[in-house]
Amino acid sequence: MSTGTGSDPAGITRDVSKEDQKRDRQVKYVLLGCAGVTVATTVAIFLVLFDNASGYFFENRLHEIVLGASVEQVITFTEFFTGTRWAPDHSTPAHGILPIVWGTLTITVGAAFISIPIGTATALYVSEYSSGRVRAYLKPSLEVLAGIPTIVYGYFAISVVTPFILSPVGEVVGLSFGRRSMAAGAFVVGVMTIPMVASISEDAMNSVPYDLRNGAYALGATKFDVSTKVVLPAAVSGIFASYILAVSRAIGETMAVALAAGMTARITLNPSEQIMTMTTYMVNMARGESAVGTVEYQSLFAVGLVLFLMTLAMNLLNDRLKQRFREEYQ
Amino acid sequence: MSETDENGSEELITTEVQPKNKSARKDVTGTVVDVEELDVWYGDEKALDDVTMGIDENRVTALIGPSGCGKSTFLRCINRMNDQIEVCRVEGGVRFKGKNVYDDDVDPVALRRRIGMVFQKPNPFPKSIRDNVAYGLRVQGRADYTDIEARCEEALREAALWDEVSDQLGSSGLDLSGGQQQRLCIARAIAPDPEVVLMDEPTSALDPVAESKIEDLIDKLAESYTVVIVTHNMQQAARISDKTAVFLTGGELVEYDDTQKIFENPDDDRVEDYITGKFG
Repeated sequence: MSTGTGSDPAGITRDVSKEDQKRDRQVKYVLLGCAGVTVATTVAIFLVLFDNASGYFFENRLHEIVLGASVEQVITFTEFFTGTRWAPDHSTPAHGILPIVWGTLTITVGAAFISIPIGTATALYVSEYSSGRVRAYLKPSLEVLAGIPTIVYGYFAISVVTPFILSPVGEVVGLSFGRRSMAAGAFVVGVMTIPMVASISEDAMNSVPYDLRNGAYALGATKFDVSTKVVLPAAVSGIFASYILAVSRAIGETMAVALAAGMTARITLNPSEQIMTMTTYMVNMARGESAVGTVEYQSLFAVGLVLFLMTLAMNLLNDRLKQRFREEYQ
Repeated sequence: MSETDENGSEELITTEVQPKNKSARKDVTGTVVDVEELDVWYGDEKALDDVTMGIDENRVTALIGPSGCGKSTFLRCINRMNDQIEVCRVEGGVRFKGKNVYDDDVDPVALRRRIGMVFQKPNPFPKSIRDNVAYGLRVQGRADYTDIEARCEEALREAALWDEVSDQLGSSGLDLSGGQQQRLCIARAIAPDPEVVLMDEPTSALDPVAESKIEDLIDKLAESYTVVIVTHNMQQAARISDKTAVFLTGGELVEYDDTQKIFENPDDDRVEDYITGKFG
């Protein structure tokens, strides 16, 4: 027992615990530094995107303009957001982003039609219907599926999905599928995001208290009643979060769609045609030899900025939905 | 153990609270649940050992005993809630109105529609009060209650909750106090008009005032339902039950008799020790 001195008879002043306080402060700064990396990276990416994108629209980049360079708009926002031809690198360039936004949206919506129902059903099965032994195998295998590099999915689309699924179906409905197509892209991105929907939804369902399930079972509810009327409503905010994450992932997916969906920027509803997504355009451009500072080079950043804003919008939507549907079950 | 600690004020409670007036009971018409040579295992661990007892219709039967003695397990065998536990294995018979509920042709869902249950922790659904009470009627597709609204009111009145919630039926059941939530759960359990209501320590999470209201309610419920209640609180068993079954560690049913006899003059020394707090 440490005994106090004259001014501190109880031994409880700050002097006594100096070392502890110092260590606490150090730990706090280390943790803060780690958290700061994420924030700093996000801010830096946004600044670089914004700076270069302004060069695309205004000839000079934002930091150059701030330093006194002239402001001359070379590509109007009207052309950019409403034009229906996208070919910044063509000899007669066109700067309408709609075709590649369309490409991204069709892949995203198509993928959601696959991943959301199948992922949710898988989650319900694992959480409510499967026995402990089945769950012990199913959950890890979902996670393995989530860990496969996306380019492998791209090859899977070309070598399996197109010849063995899409082509036979296409013959029946009268579409002829080439090596790459919108449908193939949507299909693999959908399959790729099933584990994400299933795994996160299952976590949400699993965290619904067993008391609630027991209450329903004791009233003579069937498994289906408990799943649809108790578990789903109580887990809805987590389930929505999984949908939004899957959609964000589909929007940002690059290699699989570049391989599976093609490289032709066009607005079409025909699922057997090639399309080009925003990410495919970017990876193409970045791979090519467009020199730094050219319009093609800077178009990358303009597209990137739009992409960034789209995923940001999804994240904000996610937060709103969570607030709106949060189920307080104690 | 905790049971005896809780009963530090035993004398005070027993002298203050008069036993309920149990005269309103109908005559015993027979047993509604008959348990025969029931053994239950969780994995390799035996939870109930050769239990045989009959539960009288329209009576309150209390199950008491120390923690881990199998009384909750016993309760959950009656409506087969133990089916939810994968490692649980049941041998022997539980007859509900003569039919063994563990027969192959029995549907546990149908069984649970005849036997209501109230849990230790109030567990209303995150839905409105009205939807909570109507839940059982809805999942059971009860055509005989065409007027679900009217039946809900009736159940809430039976659960002595109507006066407190009649103007807020649309608000969430979770907005109620703990005691009100538990009465809501009782209303929910009795709305489909079951034959038996099982209660698993229904007042252990509540304050004394809420507890006393639930006890009054249980006494009234016995006019129309058969109530089987697990309790850690021996005074509660003495106050509200007609018959008491004492389980001791190892899942053994040591003594089962009229409550008065159990508490005043038990045959088994271990029961006397347990009740007087010397053991358990």
